[in-house]
Amino acid sequence: MGLPETVPYLDWRWDDLVFLALAGVMLGSALLVVLGRDIIRSALWLILSFAGLAGIYGLLGSPFMAISQVLVYIGAIAVLILFAVMITASKRGPARLVFQRQWWAGAIAAILLVGLMITTILLTEWPHNGQVYAADAREIALTLFEDYLFAFEVLGVLLLAAVIGGLYLAKRDDDMPQTNNPRQAMRDEEERA
Amino acid sequence: MSQSLEAYLVLSVLLFGIGTFGFLAKRNAIAMLMSIELMLNAVNLAIIAFGAFTPELAAQASTIALFVIAVAAGEATVGLAIVIAIYRNHRTPLVDEYASMKE
Repeated sequence: MGLPETVPYLDWRWDDLVFLALAGVMLGSALLVVLGRDIIRSALWLILSFAGLAGIYGLLGSPFMAISQVLVYIGAIAVLILFAVMITASKRGPARLVFQRQWWAGAIAAILLVGLMITTILLTEWPHNGQVYAADAREIALTLFEDYLFAFEVLGVLLLAAVIGGLYLAKRDDDMPQTNNPRQAMRDEEERA
Repeated sequence: MSQSLEAYLVLSVLLFGIGTFGFLAKRNAIAMLMSIELMLNAVNLAIIAFGAFTPELAAQASTIALFVIAVAAGEATVGLAIVIAIYRNHRTPLVDEYASMKE
């Protein structure tokens, strides 16, 4: 016995239900990343948002991208961000002010941008509609290693440069002064007193 | 709904907008980097959606999105290293206290 053709009572296709659920998870957790006060929770919600997007890639017929998303974003970038959060975490807990004082200007800019782009999308006649084409892994491999082979090699060099640059930047210099930040120096003084 | 390009593009724009707001409004440098990751994810979603609805572009879209992911990984590495280097100096991850060139 299989599933019925459409979702019972709602008369949607099952794909639509999955799409809405994944979109809700992705957007909801992205909002929590941005609006949350605790930065570690933000980083954890970010992982859920990445996972939702991986699901949407699967729905779009590219399991290859879904796997890359899980490996690179959840496996590497999210862990890197969590480490950086823990290195820079303050002992005083989350800052009192999470947002800049002019956060409303940022909100207006973001809403204007979203409105503009959504109007553009809805007003454009898109030529291709109604059918999802699955990307074959063999085709992707041929494109990547024949048409874009040079770009691929350059990308390898770029990643190597990023690793070396990251190591160099984050390296500890022992002869550095304690702090250059006058406000922080004042705070340290207060703590000592 | 799941078979229309517009739905995916609107989803991508909404994600991009959330990322934009986070980047502009957050005080913590690492939270700003997280918002950049959200924006890059939104761009990737748009690329993959275009590829999925255009059969000639399906493989190319995946290739481009793969490049975006790799560059984003490099960006995250260097960005977080810079934040940690600044943190060593200033003892705070809050960007509005990085004002030593002004003071």
